[in-house]
Amino acid sequence: MTTTAAHVPTARPTPTPTSTAPTGAAAPTGSTEPVVPTMPRHLLSAGDLTRGSAELILDTAERIDQAMAGREVRKLPTLRGRTVVNLFFEDSTRTRISFELAAKRLSADVINFSAKGSSVSKGESLKDTAWTLQAMGADAVVCRHSASGAPQQLSGWVDGHVINAGDGTHEHPTQALLDAFTLRRHLGRLDGRRIVVVGDVLHSRVARSNVLLLSTLGAQVTLVAPPTLVPVGVDAWPAQVSYDLDGALTGADAVMMLRVQRERMSGAFFPTEREYSRGYGLDERRRALLADDAIVMHPGPMNRGMEITPGVADGVNSVIVEQVANGVTVRMAVLYLLLSGEMDGGL
Amino acid sequence: MSVLITGGAPYGEQPADILVVDGVIAAVGADAAADPRARDAEVVDAAGLVVLPGLVDLHTHLREPGREDAETVATGSAAAALGGYTAVFAMPNTDPTADTAGVVEQVLRLGEQTGLVDVHPIGAVTVGRKGQKLAELAAMATSAARVRVFSDDGDCVSDPLLMRRALEYVKAFGGVIAQHAQEPRLTQGAQMHEGEVSARLGLTGWPAVAEEAIIARDCLLTDHVGSRLHVCHLSTAGSVEVVAAAKKRGTNVTAEVTPHHLLLTDERAQGYDPVFKVNPPLRTEADVRALRTGLATGVIDIVATDHAPHASQDKETEWDNASPGMLGLQTALSVVIATMVRTGLLDWRGVARVMAEAPARIGGLTDQGRPIAAGEPANLVLLDPQASWTVRGADFASLSRNTPFEGMELPGRVVATYLRGRRTASAGVALGAES
Repeated sequence: MTTTAAHVPTARPTPTPTSTAPTGAAAPTGSTEPVVPTMPRHLLSAGDLTRGSAELILDTAERIDQAMAGREVRKLPTLRGRTVVNLFFEDSTRTRISFELAAKRLSADVINFSAKGSSVSKGESLKDTAWTLQAMGADAVVCRHSASGAPQQLSGWVDGHVINAGDGTHEHPTQALLDAFTLRRHLGRLDGRRIVVVGDVLHSRVARSNVLLLSTLGAQVTLVAPPTLVPVGVDAWPAQVSYDLDGALTGADAVMMLRVQRERMSGAFFPTEREYSRGYGLDERRRALLADDAIVMHPGPMNRGMEITPGVADGVNSVIVEQVANGVTVRMAVLYLLLSGEMDGGL
Repeated sequence: MSVLITGGAPYGEQPADILVVDGVIAAVGADAAADPRARDAEVVDAAGLVVLPGLVDLHTHLREPGREDAETVATGSAAAALGGYTAVFAMPNTDPTADTAGVVEQVLRLGEQTGLVDVHPIGAVTVGRKGQKLAELAAMATSAARVRVFSDDGDCVSDPLLMRRALEYVKAFGGVIAQHAQEPRLTQGAQMHEGEVSARLGLTGWPAVAEEAIIARDCLLTDHVGSRLHVCHLSTAGSVEVVAAAKKRGTNVTAEVTPHHLLLTDERAQGYDPVFKVNPPLRTEADVRALRTGLATGVIDIVATDHAPHASQDKETEWDNASPGMLGLQTALSVVIATMVRTGLLDWRGVARVMAEAPARIGGLTDQGRPIAAGEPANLVLLDPQASWTVRGADFASLSRNTPFEGMELPGRVVATYLRGRRTASAGVALGAES
């Protein structure tokens, strides 16, 4: 096979960075938007994505999903011979498995490099690790790190594409993409949709990426948290801030509950778990305030009974399990667009 | 040994010849060339150059003993001489900590052996800079190093009672406490200025109030016990207001600002390059403006470099794990010219005041920061105010490379530095004691 176009079995023209203009349903709102969306070289922040490139990823994920549907062998040959390294300096079984599955379904060679038990735990620096990966010829590096900015630093040291799989309290752009994908499936276009994000905004990379991406896609984002868990400087974000969960939920199209990390609970950010749940937990009464077709989201893992009651987590409006499935699809789209764009070159 | 410096402009004013004999300024102006001792003097053509008193840095990290891979007294002294300095005060956060007479005397001796600048050790306020127990301050004061400035720099003397005792105790020998103003509880895990940029980058914020609250407290303590306080690396607009109010009330307080806080803002953190990580952190544009104004109006007394060399492995790492600090000695004068002189905020008299005279006075030196006049020690710097140069850390005398000004074009160049009449730097080359 000579081009990757033949590898995505779809009747529509194969989505590639250069061949799929966001026409029709994906038409951009502003006149300044380039007609042909270009993918950034790395995916470090949801802020790196224009509306065009974000929609390209989401549309590509839809097509991949269609292409995979009903197939006996759930694998596309698109990234055969390419190497994707999962570089996880911080434990995250879910995200690593999701990326691993995404890369494998595209037939890439996947190497899992976790900090525990590796040379990193013996004191090797990020830079030396980067040079090692570089020497081994990694085409893409999926990086999870407890330090904000580590994937961005890494991108300066390797030639391959770097995908931020969550860095410290900074960003988690593929989580935002899978959330946007899930939202679009249920709500259609996000323009003007009201989405409420609730919880530890201060320390949440999920919140930062979602604020950037969802506002890029035209949604109105409201952040709700106790004032101690809202960062100083939030005024500059494209989002509203409220301390009143009931008010924010009323008539909203979706609510995204953030996980409250155990270590924050002892950090005097709020007095007790009980008081947090009372003010910022999602129970059946509050869920009923949402618009009729609204959805309930959570990036997981959940603290059942803390930020969300089991009844709501497992209720009919909950799309939490679907988010996990969509994660694989969206990450396939990201890997495909970052890596095949380079391979196609002149297409 | 005599030198006749011809045509240079002291304080950038009227050109006047300067005759130096045996380390002392023998004559200035028409008297200089006419002096019979000028006949066999080495003549240095300083036409077009500005002559200032040798600069004095009240805040330098020389890293020796302990981190000789980052800097030594010798390499730091060379950097200082090249930057136009004739005296530096060495911070005590070495390994071992300079908290005893033995360690401060070791640093003093290393400085004397190098002979490029006068190295004055600063003593730690508390044992090991741990903030628990006063170090033997009087022993350091009466040692050969004659320590007068005490600081736990790098950490704040945050315990209010311990700070009170330190301020009281140093009155016995005319000492001063140089406080690193940082409320530790408000800055746990802090990585950069708390504001819009930290919120966006997901880096833990270092709020301005953590500095301002300590300065306010310490000014009140200083009044209460009738002592003397110096505020290190003041970095926020609010701190300028606090110090201004204290001075108005009559508090015996002085304050310093670093060159990097006069020029750079927290936006530099955007690429997560730890070369821009420093403590206190780079602040906002509004803070930079307030610091410049504060320095121009005298609320801030001096510019001090906080020259903080770090080995590459301590900088080329994740932002959270990187050591805070920036090189400063070889760029300070140029940054002050860029931010204060070119902007019309300070004239050359002002530069002499904030970079030589006032730091010497605060540090208790009587032989530095003196007027360019007959009978005074010949500590001088000759600089070309029209020149500009591009910063290259690799060319620096420092063992480390962590300059935040890499690649920037800066105005003003040091042409020569004289320490008691002996040239210590010339055309970008530091000249050791043997030269």
